[in-house]
Amino acid sequence: MNSTEIERLIIEAIKEVAPEVEKNTIDFDEDIREECDLDSMDFINYLAALQKSTGIKIIEGDYPKFHSINSALAFLNDKNS
Amino acid sequence: MSENIINKMSYNSSDTNLHDYQQSCDDFNWQTDPKKTLNIAYQAVDKHLNTSIENKVALRWLGKDEQLIDYSYRDLAEQTSLFASVLAKLGFEQGVRVFSLVGRLPLLYISALGTLKFGGVFTPLFSAFGPEPIRSRMEIGEVNVLVTTKRLYDKKIATWWHELPHLNVILFIDSPEDEKISVASSHPLDKGCYWLTILLTDADTRYPCAKTHANDMALLHFTSGTTGQPKGVIHVHQAVVAHQSSAKYALNLKQDDIYWCTADPGWVTGTSYGIIAPLCLGVTMIVDEAEFEVERWYHILQQQKITIWYTAPTAIRMLMKAGTAIREQYDLSALTFIASVGEPLNAEAVRWSEKVLGLPFHDNWWQTETGAIMIANFASQPIKPGSMGLPLPGITAAIVKRNAQGRIETIEQAMQIGELALKQGWPSMFRGYLHREEKYQQCFQDGWYLTGDLAKRDAQGYYWFVGRADDLIKSSGHLIGPFEIESALMEHEAVAEVGVIGIPDEITGQKVKAYVTLNPDVECTEHNLAALQKELKGFARKKLGAAVAPKEIVFRKNLPKTRSGKIMRRLLKARELNLPEGDISTLESDEQ
Repeated sequence: MNSTEIERLIIEAIKEVAPEVEKNTIDFDEDIREECDLDSMDFINYLAALQKSTGIKIIEGDYPKFHSINSALAFLNDKNS
Repeated sequence: MSENIINKMSYNSSDTNLHDYQQSCDDFNWQTDPKKTLNIAYQAVDKHLNTSIENKVALRWLGKDEQLIDYSYRDLAEQTSLFASVLAKLGFEQGVRVFSLVGRLPLLYISALGTLKFGGVFTPLFSAFGPEPIRSRMEIGEVNVLVTTKRLYDKKIATWWHELPHLNVILFIDSPEDEKISVASSHPLDKGCYWLTILLTDADTRYPCAKTHANDMALLHFTSGTTGQPKGVIHVHQAVVAHQSSAKYALNLKQDDIYWCTADPGWVTGTSYGIIAPLCLGVTMIVDEAEFEVERWYHILQQQKITIWYTAPTAIRMLMKAGTAIREQYDLSALTFIASVGEPLNAEAVRWSEKVLGLPFHDNWWQTETGAIMIANFASQPIKPGSMGLPLPGITAAIVKRNAQGRIETIEQAMQIGELALKQGWPSMFRGYLHREEKYQQCFQDGWYLTGDLAKRDAQGYYWFVGRADDLIKSSGHLIGPFEIESALMEHEAVAEVGVIGIPDEITGQKVKAYVTLNPDVECTEHNLAALQKELKGFARKKLGAAVAPKEIVFRKNLPKTRSGKIMRRLLKARELNLPEGDISTLESDEQ
């Protein structure tokens, strides 16, 4: 997976729980829960979808790394390399 | 049942505010005088001026980005006066309705207390609500002033607020210098909008507390209805008497405690026990801006040396799920008492907390309408895991039913299911549903307030929650009305009918599920339905926000309806849970 693919998978995973989200209206550096209006359960379901699509294991302790889309990108790129 | 009791043999009675439960109940007297002047903000803040705790930290705010700001009781007194004087300068008078729609930022707390100090009525809204729940609550509540952020305003309010006849002023609590909004702030604000931080700079730090009366309206909280719009629940300044005494008894709060209530002030717990009660008792309260995160929460408990923690089952179950390895990295030895509210805490979670956190959660029960904790597991009493506990001193509870004559009869026999009722007259009892007097009167009969919750009482007097008597959904501790969700989905062009119910969820208690029938012209191919399902989910989220929108949507050809055309949610639920269908004599048209 390259970075572009990972970004696509992140957006797809967000859309699983929040289908109304449009990529071009969200700030990649902002708190994703605020940007995409995710409650705690949405957030967990988003990470579960992401784990499934990327095949990268995401444990409880990693959750803070998914604070924003850009931080998630950095984390997943790093894991993928 | 004795094997299910957590006895507290090692409990030191000097650590508890309620030494002898029965004696305290017998001796209790509310000592309230409705003619007396009484103001919640005075009790929470100004009362402490010129006492030994005026410079003590009253509120410690923890920001998302590791910021920390302390406010002493004197700071809060001055800041709330500033806010009250801004309301005066803007030309408002006592009784002004101030709503907040904002995350847990310091100015939210100052606005709430400042409004009460001014003699206004404060209503907190949950910032994760979508535009529809926000608008309906603001319309019903006849809001005059909205405190929010520029960001939330642009996202949820800007296009329609001018249509509300009573809303004149919007106060932004973020700063125009904030880098994220600096571009926007170079444009003039919409008419009626102000930067609060600018108005506060030349306001009056000594603006006096209004001499409100005990029975003057102070708080207007919204609660969901089953068949109609949300209801505005009226509380008066006298409620503070119950806030204070319940926090002392049920949360065991003492002046030297460091206390963390994790509830958002957008819900009643976050106001009664996340703003008012702890300040009245002179404690240091911690406010965390961020949302739930396992490690962050353990870190706060350790770093801030929290002694008393009041949280909710959904969060507790998420901590359980995260496992013990994370918990073992943190020192939680400062904790002396932990409590839970929002929905019944399962016995397993109480046992888990005793084993893993080192002390058991004390579940308690109350509602928006009761204003304060009514039934609780106490520090000095044995805990029965899964039970909501015993009535507080000053509260008379009973399990009741209607007899053949339609009168209320108490059920004395142990473990019989009936409606939970409270003898009316405690200080934080709600005084009305705004503009819905008839609905209010329906909640009372023969001197009892009928809670709408089904429960039972055991031989030792402990109460056990059974379920709601109506169709309301309890998800993550929040009461959600199916009607609001059904109405929003009905606005979609493809939708013909909707029935919304709550289905069991191991983390959130219940989750919202919508059953939808589609208009005849909708093409029902598999592909089209899958796309429509997503579209409807997004549609509902946009209108209602994440806290209210359904987590699951399914399609049906027909929904079960009564002869009058009312969708039978009860039947949808019984079928979902494989329960007996009960009386279906009114069923006219069945589910397909």
